[in-house]
Amino acid sequence: MAECIDLNLKVNGTEYRASVHPFARLLDVLREDLRLTGTKEGCGEGECGACTVLLNGRVVNSCLVPAVQAQGAEVVTVEGLAEGENLSSLQAAFLTHNGAQCGFCTPGMLLSATDLINRCPNPSDDEIRDGLAGNLCRCTGYAKILDAVHSAAEREAAR
Amino acid sequence: MRGYLPDFDVRVPASLGEALELMAQAPGSYTPLAGGTDLMVVYNAGRLKPTHFLDLSRLAELRGTEEDATSLRFGALTTFTELRECRAVHQHFPNLVKSARATGALAIQNRGTLAGNIANASPAADTPPSLLAYGAELALVSPRGLRRVAYDQFHQGYKRLDMAADELLARIIVPKPLGRGFHYFRKVGTRQAQAISKTCLAAYARIEDGCVAELRIGLGSVAPAPVRARNAEAALLGKPLASLPVAAAREALLADMSPIDDIRATAHYRSVVTRNLLGQMLRELANA
Ligand SMILES: Cc1cc2nc3c(=O)[nH]c(=O)nc-3n(C[C@H](O)[C@H](O)[C@H](O)COP(=O)(O)OP(=O)(O)OC[C@H]3O[C@@H](n4cnc5c(N)ncnc54)[C@H](O)[C@@H]3O)c2cc1C
Ligand code: FES
Ligand code: FES
Repeated sequence: MAECIDLNLKVNGTEYRASVHPFARLLDVLREDLRLTGTKEGCGEGECGACTVLLNGRVVNSCLVPAVQAQGAEVVTVEGLAEGENLSSLQAAFLTHNGAQCGFCTPGMLLSATDLINRCPNPSDDEIRDGLAGNLCRCTGYAKILDAVHSAAEREAAR
Repeated sequence: MRGYLPDFDVRVPASLGEALELMAQAPGSYTPLAGGTDLMVVYNAGRLKPTHFLDLSRLAELRGTEEDATSLRFGALTTFTELRECRAVHQHFPNLVKSARATGALAIQNRGTLAGNIANASPAADTPPSLLAYGAELALVSPRGLRRVAYDQFHQGYKRLDMAADELLARIIVPKPLGRGFHYFRKVGTRQAQAISKTCLAAYARIEDGCVAELRIGLGSVAPAPVRARNAEAALLGKPLASLPVAAAREALLADMSPIDDIRATAHYRSVVTRNLLGQMLRELANA
């Protein structure tokens, strides 16, 4: 039987330490040990993207990441996107363009879109579809999400 | 349902040597863990038997891509994203870029590894057809040393591999094509992202004096493991591009496949569509 490990990781710029089972999922560590419940669980099998976070700067499905592989890592969750009261350009654009309805996909969608705009500041429709292909939304039909990403990218470019 | 945590133990070796030592002490009792994109799904579903995981993800020896005059040598931990981002892969192995791009979606591509794709031994995996088309070789490592296996000899049946219980996949070696080459890759799934292949065909041909001087075709999802289409290859080898025996090659391809009905497609669909992919490939080859 496995012993718990001392997990050290930096989430949204803050150092955390938790005693967890080495094979706990990063998703559960975030939600249950660190009480960062913005990250959602949809499918638990890598298909839906509701659990998307940035791990060392790359989007991952946190439901597929064992805690032991996040040892010493830097994680960004949806809680880390706003600066205090100020929403990120993307978050603001999702609001303006009604990019969220029930909102369950939104935290993951925002992380994938943030990563996309970092990699590709002026994405085409196809590039947005490719960047968000792993994030399923059952409500919006995606058109408004595309609008939001375009408008946030333009806003960022104008800054 | 989830796996029951306390049943699972993880070892994080600091070096490849330590990993091999652990495996040699108790052959068969460790499950290598790379990106976890296959293993975690089974684990999350509660269908993984209790095991000791061996976390390979921190082993520098299994990372990186080395290039020399004749080949590219991918470390086992090379991710799909790294394949997509590597200039030499674009230059020499466009089919591998397409395989990587067709795998899952970005979050899977950031974590899933080439060795994991091979060792998971799914007949539907998307890099194996390209690796078969390029005549890849595998380097396996164990306390007994390093051993090379031609990739087209590695799969020996459904989920049966030429890999001993104390061996790890260390490198994937792909020879650079020489001369005038033709590359074709197409995966057919339900949608473009996040869909497992119903069928997949990758091909590489070398063209000399207007004829097919060299040809390898790799197939996915139409047999218990990824396979070379040796009968179709034989029907085409040496033939002039101006008069490729398309009908004979399509017929020969039937003997290369043993498709089944499953949740993704019927055997009939796979047989028809794979022959159509060959037809499309040959039309492109004729104009190459
Ligand atoms: C949502 C989703 C979509 C997917 N879509 C696709 C797709 O479109 N196409 C496709 O081909 N695959 C797909 N996959 C499957 C998976 O992402 C790939 O097979 C991936 O390459 C597995 O690599 P990994 O490093 O994550 O493997 P892991 O899960 O870590 O390991 C997989 C297997 O390989 C073994 N292994 C890993 N590394 C080594 C090594 N160095 N030596 C020996 N054994 C080793 C492990 O013990 C295990 O048996 C998908 C998965 C998910 C969850
Ligand atoms: S919950 Fe992780 S991808 Fe669906
Ligand atoms: S807003 Fe409901 S799933 Fe996307």
